[in-house]
Amino acid sequence: MTDVTAPGLAGAATRPRGRASSLTRTRVRSAWAFIAPALVVLVLVAGWPLARTIWFSFTDADLNNLSDYTFIGFENYLANYDGEWLGLLTDPDWWRSVWNTLWFTLVSVSIETVLGIVVALILNAHFPGRGIMRAVILIPWAIPTVVSAKMWNWMLHDQFGVINDMLLRLGIIAAPITWTANPDTALWTVVMVDVWKTTPFMALLILAALQMLPQDIYEAAKVDGVHPMRVFFRVTLPLIKPALLVAVIFRALDALRVFDLIYVLTANSKDTMSMSVFARQQLVEFQEVGLGSAASTLIFLIIALLVAATLVAGRVRLGEETR
Amino acid sequence: MKVLTRIGFWLLVAAIALFSLFPFYYAVISSFRSGADLFTVAYVPESFDLSNYFAVFQRQPFGRNILNSIIVAGAVVAVSLALGITAAYAFGRIAFRGRSLLLMTILGVSMFPQVAVLSGMFELIRSLGLYNTLPGLILANLMLTLPFTTWVLTTFMREMPKEIEEAAFVDGATPWIVVRRVFLPLMAPAAVTTGLLAFIVSWNEFLFALTFTLTNERRTVPPAIALMTGSTAYELPWGTIMAASVIVTLPIIALVLVFQRKIVAGLTAGAVKG
Repeated sequence: MTDVTAPGLAGAATRPRGRASSLTRTRVRSAWAFIAPALVVLVLVAGWPLARTIWFSFTDADLNNLSDYTFIGFENYLANYDGEWLGLLTDPDWWRSVWNTLWFTLVSVSIETVLGIVVALILNAHFPGRGIMRAVILIPWAIPTVVSAKMWNWMLHDQFGVINDMLLRLGIIAAPITWTANPDTALWTVVMVDVWKTTPFMALLILAALQMLPQDIYEAAKVDGVHPMRVFFRVTLPLIKPALLVAVIFRALDALRVFDLIYVLTANSKDTMSMSVFARQQLVEFQEVGLGSAASTLIFLIIALLVAATLVAGRVRLGEETR
Repeated sequence: MKVLTRIGFWLLVAAIALFSLFPFYYAVISSFRSGADLFTVAYVPESFDLSNYFAVFQRQPFGRNILNSIIVAGAVVAVSLALGITAAYAFGRIAFRGRSLLLMTILGVSMFPQVAVLSGMFELIRSLGLYNTLPGLILANLMLTLPFTTWVLTTFMREMPKEIEEAAFVDGATPWIVVRRVFLPLMAPAAVTTGLLAFIVSWNEFLFALTFTLTNERRTVPPAIALMTGSTAYELPWGTIMAASVIVTLPIIALVLVFQRKIVAGLTAGAVKG
Protein backbone atom coordinates (compact mmCIF):
# COMPACT_ATOMS: atom_id res chain seq x y z
CA MET A 1 0.00 0.00 0.00
CA THR A 2 2.98 2.24 -0.42
CA ASP A 3 2.00 3.43 -3.87
CA VAL A 4 -0.19 6.48 -4.01
CA THR A 5 -1.46 5.85 -7.51
CA ALA A 6 -3.98 8.05 -9.19
CA PRO A 7 -7.32 6.35 -9.61
CA GLY A 8 -7.17 3.95 -12.46
CA LEU A 9 -8.68 0.53 -12.90
CA ALA A 10 -5.60 -1.38 -11.85
CA GLY A 11 -4.97 0.46 -8.62
CA ALA A 12 -8.59 0.66 -7.47
CA ALA A 13 -8.57 -2.52 -5.41
CA THR A 14 -5.48 -1.73 -3.36
CA ARG A 15 -6.46 1.74 -2.22
CA PRO A 16 -8.38 2.84 0.85
CA ARG A 17 -11.97 2.81 -0.26
CA GLY A 18 -13.51 6.21 0.55
CA ARG A 19 -10.82 8.39 -0.95
CA ALA A 20 -10.44 6.38 -4.11
CA SER A 21 -14.12 6.36 -4.94
CA SER A 22 -14.56 10.08 -4.40
CA LEU A 23 -11.58 10.82 -6.62
CA THR A 24 -12.81 8.31 -9.18
CA ARG A 25 -16.22 9.90 -9.14
CA THR A 26 -14.76 13.34 -9.76
CA ARG A 27 -12.78 11.96 -12.63
CA VAL A 28 -15.70 10.14 -14.19
CA ARG A 29 -17.81 13.28 -13.96
CA SER A 30 -15.03 15.30 -15.56
CA ALA A 31 -14.75 12.67 -18.27
CA TRP A 32 -18.28 13.43 -19.44
CA ALA A 33 -17.58 17.16 -19.31
CA PHE A 34 -14.53 16.63 -21.53
CA ILE A 35 -16.38 14.51 -24.03
CA ALA A 36 -19.59 16.55 -24.18
CA PRO A 37 -18.43 19.27 -26.64
CA ALA A 38 -17.13 16.73 -29.17
CA LEU A 39 -20.28 14.63 -28.77
CA VAL A 40 -22.60 17.58 -29.28
CA VAL A 41 -20.80 18.55 -32.49
CA LEU A 42 -20.83 14.96 -33.74
CA VAL A 43 -24.55 14.63 -33.12
CA LEU A 44 -25.10 17.92 -34.94
CA VAL A 45 -22.97 17.19 -38.02
CA ALA A 46 -23.32 13.41 -38.29
CA GLY A 47 -26.17 11.97 -36.24
CA TRP A 48 -28.84 14.55 -37.05
CA PRO A 49 -28.16 14.81 -40.81
CA LEU A 50 -28.09 11.02 -41.06
CA ALA A 51 -31.44 10.74 -39.28
CA ARG A 52 -32.93 13.43 -41.52
CA THR A 53 -31.61 11.71 -44.65
CA ILE A 54 -33.25 8.46 -43.60
CA TRP A 55 -36.47 10.35 -42.86
CA PHE A 56 -36.38 12.12 -46.23
CA SER A 57 -36.10 8.73 -47.94
CA PHE A 58 -39.69 8.06 -46.85
CA THR A 59 -40.96 11.36 -48.28
CA ASP A 60 -41.45 13.03 -51.66
CA ALA A 61 -39.30 16.05 -50.71
CA ASP A 62 -37.94 18.34 -53.41
CA LEU A 63 -34.67 20.23 -53.23
CA ASN A 64 -36.27 23.60 -53.94
CA ASN A 65 -38.54 23.46 -50.93
CA LEU A 66 -37.30 21.12 -48.25
CA SER A 67 -40.00 22.07 -45.75
CA ASP A 68 -42.95 21.02 -47.89
CA TYR A 69 -43.23 17.26 -48.29
CA THR A 70 -45.49 14.35 -47.52
CA PHE A 71 -44.76 10.97 -46.03
CA ILE A 72 -45.03 8.28 -48.69
CA GLY A 73 -43.68 5.23 -46.89
CA PHE A 74 -41.48 2.90 -48.90
CA GLU A 75 -42.54 4.24 -52.30
CA ASN A 76 -39.08 5.63 -53.07
CA TYR A 77 -37.68 2.16 -52.59
CA LEU A 78 -40.44 0.06 -54.10
CA ALA A 79 -43.98 0.88 -55.14
CA ASN A 80 -46.66 -0.79 -57.17
CA TYR A 81 -48.76 1.35 -59.52
CA ASP A 82 -51.42 -0.61 -61.39
CA GLY A 83 -49.39 -3.77 -61.34
CA GLU A 84 -46.17 -2.03 -62.40
CA TRP A 85 -43.27 -2.04 -59.98
CA LEU A 86 -41.45 1.27 -59.59
CA GLY A 87 -38.87 2.76 -57.24
CA LEU A 88 -35.17 2.57 -56.59
CA LEU A 89 -35.05 -1.20 -56.23
CA THR A 90 -36.39 -1.61 -59.77
CA ASP A 91 -34.12 1.07 -61.29
CA PRO A 92 -31.50 -0.57 -63.56
CA ASP A 93 -29.29 2.54 -63.26
CA TRP A 94 -29.13 2.11 -59.49
CA TRP A 95 -28.18 -1.55 -59.78
CA ARG A 96 -25.64 -0.64 -62.42
CA SER A 97 -24.05 1.81 -59.97
CA VAL A 98 -24.07 -0.81 -57.20
CA TRP A 99 -22.37 -3.28 -59.51
CA ASN A 100 -19.84 -0.66 -60.69
CA THR A 101 -18.97 0.21 -57.10
CA LEU A 102 -18.55 -3.39 -56.01
CA TRP A 103 -16.47 -4.23 -59.09
CA PHE A 104 -14.32 -1.13 -58.59
CA THR A 105 -13.80 -1.94 -54.90
CA LEU A 106 -12.90 -5.56 -55.47
CA VAL A 107 -10.52 -4.98 -58.38
CA SER A 108 -8.81 -1.82 -57.13
CA VAL A 109 -8.31 -3.02 -53.55
CA SER A 110 -6.93 -6.37 -54.76
CA ILE A 111 -4.41 -4.71 -57.06
CA GLU A 112 -3.49 -2.15 -54.39
CA THR A 113 -2.90 -4.87 -51.82
CA VAL A 114 -0.55 -6.87 -54.06
CA LEU A 115 1.33 -3.79 -55.27
CA GLY A 116 1.35 -2.38 -51.73
CA ILE A 117 3.07 -5.52 -50.45
CA VAL A 118 5.65 -5.35 -53.25
CA VAL A 119 6.40 -1.67 -52.60
CA ALA A 120 6.53 -2.23 -48.83
CA LEU A 121 8.98 -5.13 -49.21
CA ILE A 122 11.21 -2.96 -51.36
CA LEU A 123 11.10 -0.06 -48.92
CA ASN A 124 11.87 -2.48 -46.11
CA ALA A 125 15.13 -3.52 -47.78
CA HIS A 126 18.23 -1.53 -46.94
CA PHE A 127 19.44 0.41 -49.94
CA PRO A 128 20.82 3.89 -50.52
CA GLY A 129 18.04 6.37 -51.25
CA ARG A 130 15.43 4.50 -49.26
CA GLY A 131 14.33 7.65 -47.42
CA ILE A 132 13.91 9.50 -50.71
CA MET A 133 11.85 6.64 -52.15
CA ARG A 134 9.56 6.70 -49.16
CA ALA A 135 8.95 10.41 -49.75
CA VAL A 136 8.48 9.84 -53.48
CA ILE A 137 5.69 7.31 -53.07
CA LEU A 138 3.88 9.68 -50.68
CA ILE A 139 3.45 12.26 -53.45
CA PRO A 140 0.52 10.58 -55.26
CA TRP A 141 -1.22 10.19 -51.92
CA ALA A 142 -0.75 13.87 -51.09
CA ILE A 143 -2.15 15.22 -54.37
CA PRO A 144 -5.83 16.16 -53.97
CA THR A 145 -8.09 13.59 -55.64
CA VAL A 146 -9.71 16.18 -57.88
CA VAL A 147 -6.30 17.33 -59.05
CA SER A 148 -5.05 13.83 -59.73
CA ALA A 149 -8.23 13.05 -61.64
CA LYS A 150 -7.65 16.16 -63.79
CA MET A 151 -3.99 15.30 -64.33
CA TRP A 152 -4.92 11.83 -65.52
CA ASN A 153 -7.77 13.21 -67.60
CA TRP A 154 -5.20 15.26 -69.45
CA MET A 155 -2.71 12.40 -69.78
CA LEU A 156 -5.52 10.15 -71.04
CA HIS A 157 -6.88 12.72 -73.51
CA ASP A 158 -7.91 10.82 -76.64
CA GLN A 159 -6.21 13.19 -79.10
CA PHE A 160 -3.44 15.00 -77.26
CA GLY A 161 -2.85 12.66 -74.34
CA VAL A 162 0.60 11.41 -73.46
CA ILE A 163 -0.58 7.85 -72.69
CA ASN A 164 -1.97 7.29 -76.17
CA ASP A 165 1.17 8.87 -77.63
CA MET A 166 3.42 6.53 -75.65
CA LEU A 167 1.45 3.42 -76.54
CA LEU A 168 1.31 4.42 -80.21
CA ARG A 169 5.08 5.00 -80.32
CA LEU A 170 5.73 1.67 -78.66
CA GLY A 171 3.40 0.01 -81.15
CA ILE A 172 1.17 -1.43 -78.45
CA ILE A 173 -1.99 0.12 -79.89
CA ALA A 174 -2.78 0.96 -83.50
CA ALA A 175 -5.21 3.82 -82.90
CA PRO A 176 -5.81 6.25 -80.01
CA ILE A 177 -8.13 4.99 -77.29
CA THR A 178 -10.85 7.14 -75.74
CA TRP A 179 -10.01 5.89 -72.28
CA THR A 180 -12.68 7.55 -70.20
CA ALA A 181 -15.53 7.50 -72.71
CA ASN A 182 -15.24 3.95 -74.02
CA PRO A 183 -17.43 1.62 -71.91
CA ASP A 184 -14.83 -1.15 -72.18
CA THR A 185 -11.99 0.89 -70.74
CA ALA A 186 -13.70 3.53 -68.57
CA LEU A 187 -13.95 1.54 -65.33
CA TRP A 188 -10.45 0.11 -65.79
CA THR A 189 -9.19 3.64 -66.21
CA VAL A 190 -10.81 4.64 -62.93
CA VAL A 191 -9.18 1.62 -61.27
CA MET A 192 -5.78 2.54 -62.66
CA VAL A 193 -5.92 6.11 -61.33
CA ASP A 194 -7.11 4.86 -57.96
CA VAL A 195 -4.27 2.35 -57.83
CA TRP A 196 -1.82 5.15 -58.60
CA LYS A 197 -3.22 7.31 -55.84
CA THR A 198 -3.78 4.88 -52.98
CA THR A 199 -1.12 2.17 -53.33
CA PRO A 200 1.22 4.40 -51.24
CA PHE A 201 -1.26 4.31 -48.36
CA MET A 202 -1.35 0.51 -48.48
CA ALA A 203 2.42 0.29 -48.81
CA LEU A 204 3.03 2.53 -45.79
CA LEU A 205 0.63 0.59 -43.56
CA ILE A 206 2.22 -2.70 -44.61
CA LEU A 207 5.70 -1.25 -44.18
CA ALA A 208 4.83 -0.24 -40.61
CA ALA A 209 3.82 -3.85 -39.93
CA LEU A 210 6.97 -5.22 -41.58
CA GLN A 211 9.19 -3.03 -39.42
CA MET A 212 7.72 -4.50 -36.25
CA LEU A 213 8.66 -8.06 -37.19
CA PRO A 214 11.43 -9.73 -35.13
CA GLN A 215 14.65 -9.91 -37.14
CA ASP A 216 15.98 -13.14 -35.60
CA ILE A 217 13.46 -15.26 -37.51
CA TYR A 218 14.90 -13.99 -40.77
CA GLU A 219 18.44 -14.61 -39.64
CA ALA A 220 17.52 -18.15 -38.68
CA ALA A 221 15.86 -18.71 -42.05
CA LYS A 222 18.94 -17.35 -43.81
CA VAL A 223 21.25 -19.63 -41.84
CA ASP A 224 19.07 -22.60 -42.74
CA GLY A 225 19.19 -21.56 -46.40
CA VAL A 226 15.41 -21.24 -46.87
CA HIS A 227 14.40 -19.73 -50.19
CA PRO A 228 13.28 -16.06 -49.79
CA MET A 229 9.94 -16.80 -51.50
CA ARG A 230 9.26 -19.53 -48.99
CA VAL A 231 10.22 -17.23 -46.13
CA PHE A 232 7.77 -14.65 -47.44
CA PHE A 233 4.80 -17.00 -47.73
CA ARG A 234 5.54 -19.04 -44.59
CA VAL A 235 6.81 -16.35 -42.22
CA THR A 236 6.23 -12.78 -43.36
CA LEU A 237 2.72 -13.07 -44.75
CA PRO A 238 1.20 -14.87 -41.73
CA LEU A 239 2.87 -12.39 -39.36
CA ILE A 240 1.62 -9.26 -41.12
CA LYS A 241 -1.83 -10.71 -41.80
CA PRO A 242 -3.65 -8.81 -39.02
CA ALA A 243 -2.25 -5.44 -40.13
CA LEU A 244 -2.89 -6.34 -43.75
CA LEU A 245 -6.54 -7.16 -42.99
CA VAL A 246 -7.07 -3.83 -41.26
CA ALA A 247 -5.49 -1.98 -44.19
CA VAL A 248 -7.65 -3.90 -46.70
CA ILE A 249 -10.83 -3.19 -44.75
CA PHE A 250 -10.04 0.53 -44.48
CA ARG A 251 -9.31 0.75 -48.18
CA ALA A 252 -12.44 -1.23 -49.08
CA LEU A 253 -14.66 1.07 -47.00
CA ASP A 254 -13.02 4.03 -48.72
CA ALA A 255 -13.51 2.53 -52.16
CA LEU A 256 -17.19 1.77 -51.52
CA ARG A 257 -17.96 5.47 -51.04
CA VAL A 258 -15.87 6.64 -54.00
CA PHE A 259 -17.11 9.92 -55.45
CA ASP A 260 -14.47 12.55 -56.41
CA LEU A 261 -12.41 10.37 -58.68
CA ILE A 262 -15.29 9.02 -60.76
CA TYR A 263 -17.18 12.32 -60.86
CA VAL A 264 -14.19 14.23 -62.19
CA LEU A 265 -12.71 11.50 -64.39
CA THR A 266 -15.83 10.40 -66.22
CA ALA A 267 -18.57 12.86 -65.14
CA ASN A 268 -22.02 11.30 -64.89
CA SER A 269 -21.37 8.46 -67.31
CA LYS A 270 -23.51 5.41 -66.56
CA ASP A 271 -20.62 3.11 -67.41
CA THR A 272 -18.65 4.13 -64.35
CA MET A 273 -21.23 5.74 -62.06
CA SER A 274 -20.68 4.74 -58.42
CA MET A 275 -23.40 4.57 -55.76
CA SER A 276 -22.34 7.94 -54.35
CA VAL A 277 -22.40 9.59 -57.77
CA PHE A 278 -25.85 8.13 -58.42
CA ALA A 279 -27.23 9.40 -55.11
CA ARG A 280 -25.85 12.89 -55.61
CA GLN A 281 -27.21 13.06 -59.14
CA GLN A 282 -30.73 12.20 -57.95
CA LEU A 283 -30.44 14.62 -55.07
CA VAL A 284 -28.83 17.68 -56.61
CA GLU A 285 -29.22 17.48 -60.37
CA PHE A 286 -32.69 15.91 -60.51
CA GLN A 287 -33.68 17.62 -57.21
CA GLU A 288 -35.35 14.37 -56.12
CA VAL A 289 -34.49 14.51 -52.42
CA GLY A 290 -36.72 11.54 -51.62
CA LEU A 291 -35.18 9.21 -54.18
CA GLY A 292 -31.66 10.49 -53.58
CA SER A 293 -32.07 10.01 -49.82
CA ALA A 294 -33.34 6.48 -50.40
CA ALA A 295 -30.15 5.75 -52.37
CA SER A 296 -28.06 7.39 -49.62
CA THR A 297 -29.80 5.29 -46.99
CA LEU A 298 -29.11 2.08 -48.89
CA ILE A 299 -25.43 3.05 -49.27
CA PHE A 300 -25.31 3.75 -45.55
CA LEU A 301 -26.86 0.37 -44.75
CA ILE A 302 -24.44 -1.49 -47.00
CA ILE A 303 -21.41 0.22 -45.46
CA ALA A 304 -22.80 0.08 -41.91
CA LEU A 305 -23.19 -3.68 -42.18
CA LEU A 306 -19.57 -4.01 -43.25
CA VAL A 307 -18.39 -1.63 -40.51
CA ALA A 308 -20.36 -3.51 -37.87
CA ALA A 309 -18.85 -6.80 -38.99
CA THR A 310 -15.38 -5.23 -38.87
CA LEU A 311 -15.89 -3.74 -35.43
CA VAL A 312 -17.16 -7.01 -33.99
CA ALA A 313 -14.14 -8.77 -35.45
CA GLY A 314 -11.81 -6.11 -34.06
CA ARG A 315 -13.47 -5.87 -30.67
CA VAL A 316 -11.23 -8.44 -29.02
CA ARG A 317 -8.13 -6.41 -29.79
CA LEU A 318 -9.71 -3.14 -28.70
CA GLY A 319 -10.82 -4.71 -25.43
CA GLU A 320 -7.29 -5.78 -24.70
CA GLU A 321 -5.98 -2.31 -25.33
CA THR A 322 -8.38 -0.52 -23.02
CA ARG A 323 -7.49 -2.70 -20.07
CA MET B 1 22.70 -14.46 -60.23
CA LYS B 2 23.43 -11.96 -57.48
CA VAL B 3 24.06 -9.23 -60.05
CA LEU B 4 20.81 -10.06 -61.86
CA THR B 5 18.87 -9.79 -58.62
CA ARG B 6 20.41 -6.41 -57.91
CA ILE B 7 19.62 -5.15 -61.40
CA GLY B 8 16.05 -6.41 -61.09
CA PHE B 9 15.70 -4.70 -57.72
CA TRP B 10 16.88 -1.35 -59.03
CA LEU B 11 14.68 -1.63 -62.11
CA LEU B 12 11.72 -2.16 -59.81
CA VAL B 13 12.71 0.85 -57.70
CA ALA B 14 13.05 2.95 -60.85
CA ALA B 15 9.66 1.78 -62.14
CA ILE B 16 7.95 2.69 -58.87
CA ALA B 17 9.60 6.12 -58.82
CA LEU B 18 8.65 6.76 -62.44
CA PHE B 19 5.04 5.67 -61.95
CA SER B 20 4.72 7.82 -58.81
CA LEU B 21 6.31 10.96 -60.20
CA PHE B 22 5.45 11.03 -63.89
CA PRO B 23 1.86 12.42 -63.67
CA PHE B 24 2.95 15.37 -61.55
CA TYR B 25 6.03 15.92 -63.72
CA TYR B 26 3.83 15.90 -66.80
CA ALA B 27 1.40 18.37 -65.23
CA VAL B 28 4.31 20.72 -64.51
CA ILE B 29 5.64 20.66 -68.09
CA SER B 30 2.12 21.02 -69.50
CA SER B 31 1.49 24.03 -67.28
CA PHE B 32 4.42 25.86 -68.93
CA ARG B 33 3.08 25.30 -72.43
CA SER B 34 0.14 27.12 -73.93
CA GLY B 35 -1.90 27.61 -77.07
CA ALA B 36 -1.27 25.23 -79.93
CA ASP B 37 1.82 23.81 -78.16
CA LEU B 38 -0.48 21.72 -76.00
CA PHE B 39 -1.74 19.84 -79.04
CA THR B 40 1.60 18.10 -79.38
CA VAL B 41 3.03 15.80 -76.75
CA ALA B 42 6.27 16.81 -75.05
CA TYR B 43 8.26 14.56 -72.72
CA VAL B 44 10.87 17.10 -71.72
CA PRO B 45 10.39 20.74 -70.74
CA GLU B 46 10.89 22.80 -73.88
CA SER B 47 9.25 26.12 -73.09
CA PHE B 48 8.88 28.19 -69.97
CA ASP B 49 5.73 30.16 -70.60
CA LEU B 50 4.06 31.55 -67.48
CA SER B 51 0.90 32.74 -69.22
CA ASN B 52 -1.19 29.85 -67.80
CA TYR B 53 -0.24 30.92 -64.31
CA PHE B 54 -1.43 34.48 -64.97
CA ALA B 55 -4.55 33.26 -66.74
CA VAL B 56 -5.68 31.12 -63.82
CA PHE B 57 -5.83 34.17 -61.56
CA GLN B 58 -7.32 36.48 -64.19
CA ARG B 59 -9.97 34.26 -65.68
CA GLN B 60 -11.46 33.37 -62.33
CA PRO B 61 -11.12 34.28 -58.63
CA PHE B 62 -8.53 31.58 -58.03
CA GLY B 63 -6.74 33.60 -55.35
CA ARG B 64 -10.05 33.83 -53.52
CA ASN B 65 -10.56 30.05 -53.94
CA ILE B 66 -7.18 29.37 -52.36
CA LEU B 67 -7.93 31.73 -49.50
CA ASN B 68 -11.31 30.00 -48.97
CA SER B 69 -9.59 26.64 -48.80
CA ILE B 70 -7.06 27.93 -46.28
CA ILE B 71 -9.76 29.50 -44.09
CA VAL B 72 -11.95 26.39 -44.15
CA ALA B 73 -9.09 23.94 -43.57
CA GLY B 74 -7.57 26.14 -40.85
CA ALA B 75 -10.84 26.48 -38.93
CA VAL B 76 -11.61 22.79 -39.30
CA VAL B 77 -8.18 21.87 -37.92
CA ALA B 78 -8.50 24.27 -34.98
CA VAL B 79 -11.96 23.09 -33.96
CA SER B 80 -11.17 19.40 -34.49
CA LEU B 81 -8.01 19.59 -32.41
CA ALA B 82 -9.59 21.56 -29.57
CA LEU B 83 -12.54 19.20 -29.27
CA GLY B 84 -10.46 16.15 -30.10
CA ILE B 85 -7.78 16.66 -27.44
CA THR B 86 -10.23 17.23 -24.58
CA ALA B 87 -12.29 14.22 -25.63
CA ALA B 88 -9.16 12.13 -26.14
CA TYR B 89 -8.05 12.84 -22.58
CA ALA B 90 -11.27 11.40 -21.20
CA PHE B 91 -11.24 8.46 -23.62
CA GLY B 92 -7.59 7.67 -23.13
CA ARG B 93 -7.05 8.22 -19.40
CA ILE B 94 -10.33 7.78 -17.55
CA ALA B 95 -12.23 4.53 -17.17
CA PHE B 96 -15.95 5.22 -17.28
CA ARG B 97 -19.03 3.28 -18.16
CA GLY B 98 -19.84 3.27 -21.86
CA ARG B 99 -16.37 4.31 -22.96
CA SER B 100 -15.77 1.45 -25.38
CA LEU B 101 -19.22 1.81 -26.89
CA LEU B 102 -18.76 5.55 -27.44
CA LEU B 103 -15.33 5.03 -28.97
CA MET B 104 -16.76 2.38 -31.27
CA THR B 105 -19.51 4.78 -32.31
CA ILE B 106 -16.98 7.49 -33.09
CA LEU B 107 -14.87 5.05 -35.09
CA GLY B 108 -18.04 4.05 -36.91
CA VAL B 109 -18.83 7.69 -37.73
CA SER B 110 -15.36 8.09 -39.22
CA MET B 111 -16.33 5.43 -41.74
CA PHE B 112 -19.64 7.10 -42.67
CA PRO B 113 -20.08 7.57 -46.37
CA GLN B 114 -20.34 11.33 -46.92
CA VAL B 115 -23.27 10.92 -49.25
CA ALA B 116 -25.28 9.28 -46.45
CA VAL B 117 -25.66 12.63 -44.70
CA LEU B 118 -25.89 14.76 -47.83
CA SER B 119 -29.59 15.67 -47.84
CA GLY B 120 -29.77 16.05 -44.07
CA MET B 121 -26.66 18.24 -44.11
CA PHE B 122 -28.11 20.29 -46.95
CA GLU B 123 -31.22 20.96 -44.88
CA LEU B 124 -29.17 21.76 -41.77
CA ILE B 125 -26.90 24.19 -43.60
CA ARG B 126 -29.79 25.88 -45.34
CA SER B 127 -31.86 26.23 -42.19
CA LEU B 128 -28.89 27.78 -40.38
CA GLY B 129 -28.58 30.24 -43.26
CA LEU B 130 -25.10 28.92 -44.10
CA TYR B 131 -25.72 27.83 -47.69
CA ASN B 132 -22.99 29.13 -50.00
CA THR B 133 -20.87 30.36 -47.07
CA LEU B 134 -17.55 29.25 -45.63
CA PRO B 135 -18.92 28.52 -42.11
CA GLY B 136 -21.30 26.05 -43.76
CA LEU B 137 -18.35 24.17 -45.26
CA ILE B 138 -16.45 24.27 -41.97
CA LEU B 139 -19.43 22.76 -40.17
CA ALA B 140 -19.86 20.03 -42.79
CA ASN B 141 -16.15 19.14 -42.86
CA LEU B 142 -16.14 18.57 -39.10
CA MET B 143 -18.10 15.41 -39.80
CA LEU B 144 -15.07 14.14 -41.70
CA THR B 145 -12.27 15.24 -39.36
CA LEU B 146 -13.57 15.20 -35.79
CA PRO B 147 -14.10 11.41 -35.49
CA PHE B 148 -10.63 10.48 -36.68
CA THR B 149 -8.81 13.27 -34.79
CA THR B 150 -10.53 12.08 -31.60
CA TRP B 151 -9.64 8.49 -32.40
CA VAL B 152 -6.00 9.07 -33.32
CA LEU B 153 -5.40 11.42 -30.38
CA THR B 154 -6.93 8.84 -28.04
CA THR B 155 -4.45 6.22 -29.21
CA PHE B 156 -1.60 8.67 -28.62
CA MET B 157 -3.01 9.64 -25.22
CA ARG B 158 -3.08 6.00 -24.13
CA GLU B 159 0.62 5.61 -24.80
CA MET B 160 1.60 8.28 -22.27
CA PRO B 161 3.04 6.85 -19.06
CA LYS B 162 0.71 6.81 -16.07
CA GLU B 163 3.19 8.43 -13.71
CA ILE B 164 2.87 11.76 -15.48
CA GLU B 165 -0.60 12.58 -14.29
CA GLU B 166 -0.28 10.69 -11.03
CA ALA B 167 2.27 13.20 -9.82
CA ALA B 168 -0.03 16.06 -10.74
CA PHE B 169 -3.05 14.51 -9.06
CA VAL B 170 -1.08 13.87 -5.89
CA ASP B 171 -0.28 17.58 -5.89
CA GLY B 172 -4.02 18.24 -5.97
CA ALA B 173 -4.47 19.31 -9.59
CA THR B 174 -7.93 19.11 -11.13
CA PRO B 175 -8.47 17.11 -14.34
CA TRP B 176 -8.79 20.32 -16.34
CA ILE B 177 -5.41 21.58 -15.10
CA VAL B 178 -3.89 18.20 -15.87
CA VAL B 179 -5.10 18.41 -19.46
CA ARG B 180 -3.95 21.97 -19.92
CA ARG B 181 -0.63 21.93 -18.07
CA VAL B 182 0.48 18.32 -18.43
CA PHE B 183 -1.03 16.80 -21.55
CA LEU B 184 -1.30 19.75 -23.89
CA PRO B 185 2.49 20.23 -24.11
CA LEU B 186 3.11 16.49 -24.26
CA MET B 187 0.51 16.02 -26.97
CA ALA B 188 1.94 18.76 -29.19
CA PRO B 189 3.75 16.37 -31.57
CA ALA B 190 0.66 14.16 -31.86
CA ALA B 191 -1.49 17.23 -32.40
CA VAL B 192 0.77 18.38 -35.24
CA THR B 193 0.42 14.99 -36.94
CA THR B 194 -3.33 14.79 -36.48
CA GLY B 195 -3.82 18.42 -37.41
CA LEU B 196 -1.86 17.90 -40.60
CA LEU B 197 -4.01 14.92 -41.59
CA ALA B 198 -7.17 16.91 -40.83
CA PHE B 199 -5.81 19.79 -42.91
CA ILE B 200 -5.17 17.49 -45.88
CA VAL B 201 -8.65 15.94 -45.59
CA SER B 202 -10.30 19.35 -45.53
CA TRP B 203 -8.05 20.77 -48.28
CA ASN B 204 -8.98 17.87 -50.56
CA GLU B 205 -12.70 17.69 -49.68
CA PHE B 206 -14.87 17.85 -52.78
CA LEU B 207 -18.42 16.52 -52.37
CA PHE B 208 -19.57 18.98 -49.68
CA ALA B 209 -17.76 21.91 -51.28
CA LEU B 210 -19.37 21.11 -54.63
CA THR B 211 -22.86 20.74 -53.19
CA PHE B 212 -23.00 23.48 -50.56
CA THR B 213 -21.56 26.35 -52.59
CA LEU B 214 -23.10 28.06 -55.56
CA THR B 215 -20.91 30.94 -56.70
CA ASN B 216 -17.32 30.84 -57.85
CA GLU B 217 -16.23 33.35 -55.18
CA ARG B 218 -17.29 30.98 -52.40
CA ARG B 219 -15.79 27.82 -53.82
CA THR B 220 -12.78 26.10 -52.35
CA VAL B 221 -10.00 24.87 -54.60
CA PRO B 222 -11.22 21.33 -55.52
CA PRO B 223 -14.61 22.35 -56.99
CA ALA B 224 -12.98 25.43 -58.56
CA ILE B 225 -10.54 23.19 -60.45
CA ALA B 226 -13.16 20.56 -61.28
CA LEU B 227 -15.54 23.16 -62.73
CA MET B 228 -12.96 25.21 -64.65
CA THR B 229 -14.19 25.96 -68.14
CA GLY B 230 -12.58 27.56 -71.14
CA SER B 231 -13.73 30.21 -73.53
CA THR B 232 -16.13 27.74 -75.10
CA ALA B 233 -18.02 24.96 -73.42
CA TYR B 234 -16.41 22.29 -75.62
CA GLU B 235 -12.80 23.16 -75.10
CA LEU B 236 -11.23 22.72 -71.70
CA PRO B 237 -8.29 25.01 -70.87
CA TRP B 238 -5.86 22.22 -70.04
CA GLY B 239 -2.86 24.49 -69.62
CA THR B 240 -4.67 26.63 -67.07
CA ILE B 241 -6.07 23.59 -65.26
CA MET B 242 -2.57 22.11 -65.00
CA ALA B 243 -1.20 25.43 -63.70
CA ALA B 244 -3.91 25.54 -61.05
CA SER B 245 -3.20 21.91 -60.16
CA VAL B 246 0.50 22.60 -59.71
CA ILE B 247 -0.18 25.68 -57.57
CA VAL B 248 -2.40 23.86 -55.08
CA THR B 249 -0.37 20.67 -55.02
CA LEU B 250 3.07 22.17 -54.33
CA PRO B 251 2.32 23.33 -50.75
CA ILE B 252 0.77 19.96 -49.90
CA ILE B 253 3.76 18.09 -51.32
CA ALA B 254 6.09 20.38 -49.36
CA LEU B 255 4.13 19.69 -46.15
CA VAL B 256 4.17 15.97 -46.77
CA LEU B 257 7.90 15.88 -47.47
CA VAL B 258 8.73 17.94 -44.38
CA PHE B 259 6.44 16.01 -42.05
CA GLN B 260 6.87 12.64 -43.75
CA ARG B 261 7.63 10.65 -40.61
CA LYS B 262 4.89 12.28 -38.58
CA ILE B 263 2.27 11.61 -41.23
CA VAL B 264 3.22 7.96 -41.45
CA ALA B 265 3.03 7.72 -37.65
CA GLY B 266 -0.43 9.32 -37.68
CA LEU B 267 -1.74 7.11 -40.46
CA THR B 268 -0.55 3.95 -38.77
CA ALA B 269 -1.87 5.06 -35.37
CA GLY B 270 -5.26 5.68 -36.92
CA ALA B 271 -5.46 2.60 -39.04
CA VAL B 272 -3.36 -0.21 -37.61
CA LYS B 273 -4.71 0.22 -34.14
CA GLY B 274 -8.25 0.56 -35.38
